[in-house]
Amino acid sequence: METEADKKINIKGLVCPYTFVKSKLAIESMEAGQVLEIILDYPSAATNVPRSMEDQGHKVLKTEKINDTDWLILVQKGKE
Amino acid sequence: MDDFTEEQIERYSRHIILAEVGGKGQKKIRDASVFLVGAGGLGCPAGYYLAAAGVGKIGIADADTIEISNLQRQIAHSTKRIGMSKADSAKSTFEELNPDVEVITYKERLSSKNIMDIIKDYQIVIDGSDNFPTRYLINDACVMTGKPFVSGSILRFEGQVTTILPKDGPCYRCLYESPPPRGLVPSCAEAGVLGVLPGVIGAIQATEALKLIIGKGELLKGELLIYNALKMSFKKVKIPKNPGCPVCSENPSIRELIDYEAFCEVRPY
Repeated sequence: METEADKKINIKGLVCPYTFVKSKLAIESMEAGQVLEIILDYPSAATNVPRSMEDQGHKVLKTEKINDTDWLILVQKGKE
Repeated sequence: MDDFTEEQIERYSRHIILAEVGGKGQKKIRDASVFLVGAGGLGCPAGYYLAAAGVGKIGIADADTIEISNLQRQIAHSTKRIGMSKADSAKSTFEELNPDVEVITYKERLSSKNIMDIIKDYQIVIDGSDNFPTRYLINDACVMTGKPFVSGSILRFEGQVTTILPKDGPCYRCLYESPPPRGLVPSCAEAGVLGVLPGVIGAIQATEALKLIIGKGELLKGELLIYNALKMSFKKVKIPKNPGCPVCSENPSIRELIDYEAFCEVRPY
């Protein structure tokens, strides 16, 4: 079953910490329970972004390498 | 959060990453206004960090000009600027650090005549004044207008900070009801001060202001933080609210601002 994202951002080309900064700004503008889709290509961000999202109270639904260079991360916004 | 430019997102990234700040908190900082009383030992570091943090509007009141003896601790100024207005010098330093910040200068002494009109345009006041008349004037004006202020003071190796939230905790007069008698307390010019001491105290004042702005953490409300640089110790002393306080009690005896006579005329050099 595929989860439908409420908002999508493509942050390919960005490195840490801006991968998380951009992801965080995106999720701040959403409602609790909504899902953010993040596409990124910076390898360490594929672990750092999900970990930071979990640390700040959000739920990581999926982290998946979708091709040779890119990852797809789905994050559900937590309650404030 | 499209209102931040890419450059601002980079500039404030270490704030945005923090769970307690984020883009929302950074916007509060951008929309905030802080009034600094004095661009001296305390005002320089406090204003410097608030400018770095991106506080949208910073007011600076200082009627003095820079003297070489200030430069041992007043880090927003410089040797080249000796003789220049401290308020102008601080404005120039802060705006150079962060062009997002609007700095407004007041090159006048605060008194009962002008303080109300000036502080009404600011959310928070930081007291970095070096004299008792100004300190009591700020306390009374902030209590009467319900404006939060962060008080700081320094002497020799010891500094004190407390955050006063009028109507929600004690005020400076609950701690010290009236200015000390003439001659009891020496000034920095007489007693000396370790140059880095106001850096520590001013940075703590800026920290309190930022927490007030973002609405996170615990403030030094009802507490006096005492820092001793020689012992390298911090201690907190509770300040009880005085039910008979002349200015913040239910029936205050002080209902108008007082211009105490300045009793230290020592010229710093």
